Amino acid sequence: MNNLIKGKMAKFFIQLFLILYAIIQIYPLIWMVLFSLKDNNEIYGGNVAGLPNPPKWENYTNAITQASVLKYFFNSAFVTGVTIIAVIILASMTAYAISRMKWKLSNATMIAFLLGMMVPVHAALLPLFIILKNINLYNTYLSLIIPYTAFGLPMAIILFSSFMKGIPRELEESAAIDGCSIYRIFSVIVIPLIRPAIATVAIFTYLASWNELMFAITFISKDQLKTITVGIMSMVGTYVTEWGPIGAGLVIATLPTVIIYVLLSEQVQKSLVAGAVKG
Amino acid sequence: MDSVLSNKKAICIFVIPTLIVFCVIVFLPIFMSAYYSTLDWDGIGKGTFIGIDNYIKLFSDDVFLKSILNSFLFAFASIFIQLSISLVLALILANGVKGEKLYRTIYFIPVIISTIVIGQLWTKIYNADYGLLNALLKSIGLENLAYDWLGKENTALVCSFIPTLWQYVGYHMLIMYSGAKSISDEIYEAAEIDGSSKINTAFKITIPLLKPILKVCLIFSLIGSLKVFDLIYVLTNGGPLHATEVPSTLMYSSVFNSYQYGYGSAMAVFIIIECLVFTIILDKVFKTE
Repeated sequence: MNNLIKGKMAKFFIQLFLILYAIIQIYPLIWMVLFSLKDNNEIYGGNVAGLPNPPKWENYTNAITQASVLKYFFNSAFVTGVTIIAVIILASMTAYAISRMKWKLSNATMIAFLLGMMVPVHAALLPLFIILKNINLYNTYLSLIIPYTAFGLPMAIILFSSFMKGIPRELEESAAIDGCSIYRIFSVIVIPLIRPAIATVAIFTYLASWNELMFAITFISKDQLKTITVGIMSMVGTYVTEWGPIGAGLVIATLPTVIIYVLLSEQVQKSLVAGAVKG
Repeated sequence: MDSVLSNKKAICIFVIPTLIVFCVIVFLPIFMSAYYSTLDWDGIGKGTFIGIDNYIKLFSDDVFLKSILNSFLFAFASIFIQLSISLVLALILANGVKGEKLYRTIYFIPVIISTIVIGQLWTKIYNADYGLLNALLKSIGLENLAYDWLGKENTALVCSFIPTLWQYVGYHMLIMYSGAKSISDEIYEAAEIDGSSKINTAFKITIPLLKPILKVCLIFSLIGSLKVFDLIYVLTNGGPLHATEVPSTLMYSSVFNSYQYGYGSAMAVFIIIECLVFTIILDKVFKTE
């Protein structure tokens, strides 16, 4: 009996702890949404933590029209989209050659990519800045797409290779006997089989490029081309004292990620853990 | 079959474009950085070769030494505070509680959100006049504790750690949780039959079996702390008076604000070597044990 009560108490305190921790994790984000709907009068008037009254939806229209958040948003979407496609195409081809095809340097190539994973982006910042300027790619979408793709490759190749190793040889063999070329085997047989790995790589690449800051502030200075991360940074410069539109910008920048997460939370969690454990 | 799989032309088509992009963007810059770090160069014209002078200057530069110390403190906090919280949460959730999946999902949310958003959000939380933190203190009658958290030297460093710790708890929790979940049930059943308490089981069975996973988390938080940039850049940009300076923010401002290309490159090379050395050390430590 005593043990039963003790067990119940323990369960209660564990739940309490988990709930409190959940509040710590989630409340700042809820608060962000709340302040995106307030104006300065309200915040300076003492309503810092409460509900917006009334909600100032015009903060969102202001952020979109005056601060061109929408433009930054599309820049980010474009850069991220192209990066994801480039990473998937390049990494899947290379991973296939490394994990399934027979050639002398396949191990050495894999090791090169593994080593590349350890390179901090800081190391590449200034040299890339100079390279991009010299080949006239500075201030273009490509100045972000190419580095994001390159730095996304190692992880993608590792994930794809480990996935491809699980594909039974017989599938390729029977296709080869039927007279399929290697390109057809790759595109018609292998690619459909690695769909789950493609989802993982896409999520991984999405998060890395959507959220990237260091390259984005360095390689783009034209307002027209700024991604949402940099756009918000420059918004802070112009709207130093306006909390509402900045809050709206933050919410707009976060929305796609949260939507993806809500729809695919299991897959997103798996992707990031796979990256850690395989890497 | 073998002839199809050793098709040289196909291998070239599959590998060469990737290798070119990768080598030019990832490997070449390391050598360029190493070369720049031997120059006295402001980015205009040609630099003058000065050998290891930049490195000598680096290690006699108080601000740089302070930035290294800060990144170590950061690493220390990540490893001891963040990983402990993550481990406790992971062990509780892996043990099976009501709402396991929901908690797992909630704890992970900050991980996926852009550091810039997190940084902006926390500057608002810390805001001296109307921030959430001071408002909270006021509402519980502690208004004399209200403070300019990020603006003052003595609190800025601690306050700039907290958002990162907060952001990545869920990440490490999930890695450890997945590791704990993959431990076979039979081991736990045997422990239960032997009358081992849950806490005892955690210390004697789960944690030792999690060692490879803990190693990954340890390397991630250590290396992550040594390279931290985004959050500090957004929160304080190294200030006030270099109180929150870390090597990468200092590197960034040396290169792009004061145009010391050579000196900044020496810092970049230092960061690469530092990360490599610590990865190798941790790898060795975990192997010999």
